[in-house]
Amino acid sequence: MANDLFNSFMSGPDEQGRFGIFGGRFVSETLMPLILSLEEEYDKAKDDPSFWAEMDDLWANYVGRPSPLYYAERLTEHLGGAKIYLKRDELNHTGAHKINNVLGQIILARRMGKTRIIAETGAGQHGVATATVCAKFGLKCVVYMGAHDVQRQSPNVFRMRLLGAEVIPVTSGRGTLKDAMNDALRDWVTNVRDTFYCIGTVAGPHPYPAMVRDFQSIIGKEAKEQMMKAEGRLPDTLIAAIGGGSNAMGLFYPFLDDKDVNIIGVEAGGKGVNEKMEHCASLTGGRPGVLHGNRTYLLQDDDGQILEGYSISAGLDYPGIGPEHSWLHEIGRAQYVSITDKEALEAFQLCCATEGIIPALEPSHALAHVMKIAPELPKDHLICMNMCGRGDKDVQTVAKYLDFDMSDTEGRAAD
Amino acid sequence: MTRIDAKFAALKSQGKKAFVSYIMAGDPDFDTSLEVVKGLPGAGVDVIELGLPFTDPMADGPTIQLAGQRALDAGMTLDRTLELARRFRETDDTTPIVLMGYYNPIYNRGVDQFLSDAKAAGIDGLIVVDLPPEEDDELCIPAQEAGLNFIRLATPTTDDKRLPRVLQNTSGFVYYVSITGITGAAEAQATDVGPEVARIKSATDLPVIVGFGINTPEKSRAIATVADGAVVGSAIVSQIGAGKPVRDVLDFVKSLSDGAHSV
Repeated sequence: MANDLFNSFMSGPDEQGRFGIFGGRFVSETLMPLILSLEEEYDKAKDDPSFWAEMDDLWANYVGRPSPLYYAERLTEHLGGAKIYLKRDELNHTGAHKINNVLGQIILARRMGKTRIIAETGAGQHGVATATVCAKFGLKCVVYMGAHDVQRQSPNVFRMRLLGAEVIPVTSGRGTLKDAMNDALRDWVTNVRDTFYCIGTVAGPHPYPAMVRDFQSIIGKEAKEQMMKAEGRLPDTLIAAIGGGSNAMGLFYPFLDDKDVNIIGVEAGGKGVNEKMEHCASLTGGRPGVLHGNRTYLLQDDDGQILEGYSISAGLDYPGIGPEHSWLHEIGRAQYVSITDKEALEAFQLCCATEGIIPALEPSHALAHVMKIAPELPKDHLICMNMCGRGDKDVQTVAKYLDFDMSDTEGRAAD
Repeated sequence: MTRIDAKFAALKSQGKKAFVSYIMAGDPDFDTSLEVVKGLPGAGVDVIELGLPFTDPMADGPTIQLAGQRALDAGMTLDRTLELARRFRETDDTTPIVLMGYYNPIYNRGVDQFLSDAKAAGIDGLIVVDLPPEEDDELCIPAQEAGLNFIRLATPTTDDKRLPRVLQNTSGFVYYVSITGITGAAEAQATDVGPEVARIKSATDLPVIVGFGINTPEKSRAIATVADGAVVGSAIVSQIGAGKPVRDVLDFVKSLSDGAHSV
């Protein structure tokens, strides 16, 4: 019995904020007291029923949880193998899983008396979710977004501004998500007294990876109950896309100790995982390093300088990954694979055509892997895939890649 | 005793305050940077902080970010940075060099290998911004065992409860960060800094040097009045960034060091 407890995959992180060698608190001294006080407050909130009561209420009435677990019947028939379920987190308010975590952090910020919220964003989904919850609670919100991303995700920029957030285009470094995170950290170091940094993924210094995972775990908890109800047993395989890895960690975590459940994370393979490094597959194509407060797998050159990732999906375009994924990868509890832009685009279209669901490009990567493995699996094999975001934000990008003229009113279909 | 310890002992016996300067190794290129470094002792610099370029300098403002970018674009690496220190040591065996940067390039090299390379290159101490006391086992302890000083930053958010932890494994000197913020941003006020330095000095015998937000000879003097010395970085780096001739850069450094030494 005691032995079973020690072997749990769900006991991390340790007191140092480590998952094995990954994680930790690699921040400047100025921030250290802040993350220690955040850890203390989070530990208190975690054990406080009133905190979770507030979360549950907002999840139900503001976000629209629980999200459905949907049997994708035509997709299943089309692929001709495993039975495919989609966890519909794209139906959440703001269109993605991001808000699950933002609500938790903002409620915590309010408990800590913080009045100014900062966030980084890549595709803009975390920025939109943060701006949304800040508007709801009347908090000042500042979002850092790479100048390059501001251009390619302009509808989300406008959305954030409508919601009252200040969007700051980041031109430092190369102007991408990692630079946005650098500038958010620089802001935090400067405005230590009143500011709360709302990180959008399961990365950063302890306690962020664990805290964000806990908030996102609502996905896996619901999926577990819903699958039991639908099929009377647990799924055989879980599949989710990974940039930083918060939707995946949220789905995976409640199943980590269910050893018969096969867990697969799908990284962005961009133009292919090779020496040209035009991808964001940190686990498949990177090695351990230290960035943004944690030790984890990173895309880096021989000298330890961080490389820019590349992916068609701005939400996966980050050169690192949450430390718990690095640990699950090293101990072999989860398997990590990569999917190219091209494969993701094919999955995107198949999902539109067979299920009437326009998926975001991020879960399209997960779906592409489902397409690879489902045909080879028996019909009683249950796959649960996290449909973590909807694709409205991506239609322009997809149109461009498919060479589809959006001004063409003659109705030519994309093929 | 490291060169850092020896230097502060000598300054103390002369009743002098320390002037510490920061430049980014390899900015704008290796040769220019080496020329600047070689000229620093003559410009009154007591301790040289040599920046190790990194793609993601989270605690630095635009001036030092751009300097790192210039250095990396010019092909600067960890090895070339240590080579620069080694070349300096050919002409100067007493001025201490503190390597200042972020952990990843060091971790990537491997801590043991890095420490032996750094020692061989004539580096005396390390300031690694993203290694707080909570991560002392990573590099701080091994560095001290290898005979290098590990210099810790204390900040306005380091309260009395936390201060002993910050000081515990620090050696060489304590670097007090005068503001909450990034390098080169706000201006330090001697009136705010004085009581903080006194607070730290009451908890340690190490010299307390103050940096961040010091950009003129007057500020350098004002800070040196309330501390054991002053550090200037961004103000010097911006001169290099503006393409000023090395001679002019060193004249500016001399004016800053005169400020600190006039106390």
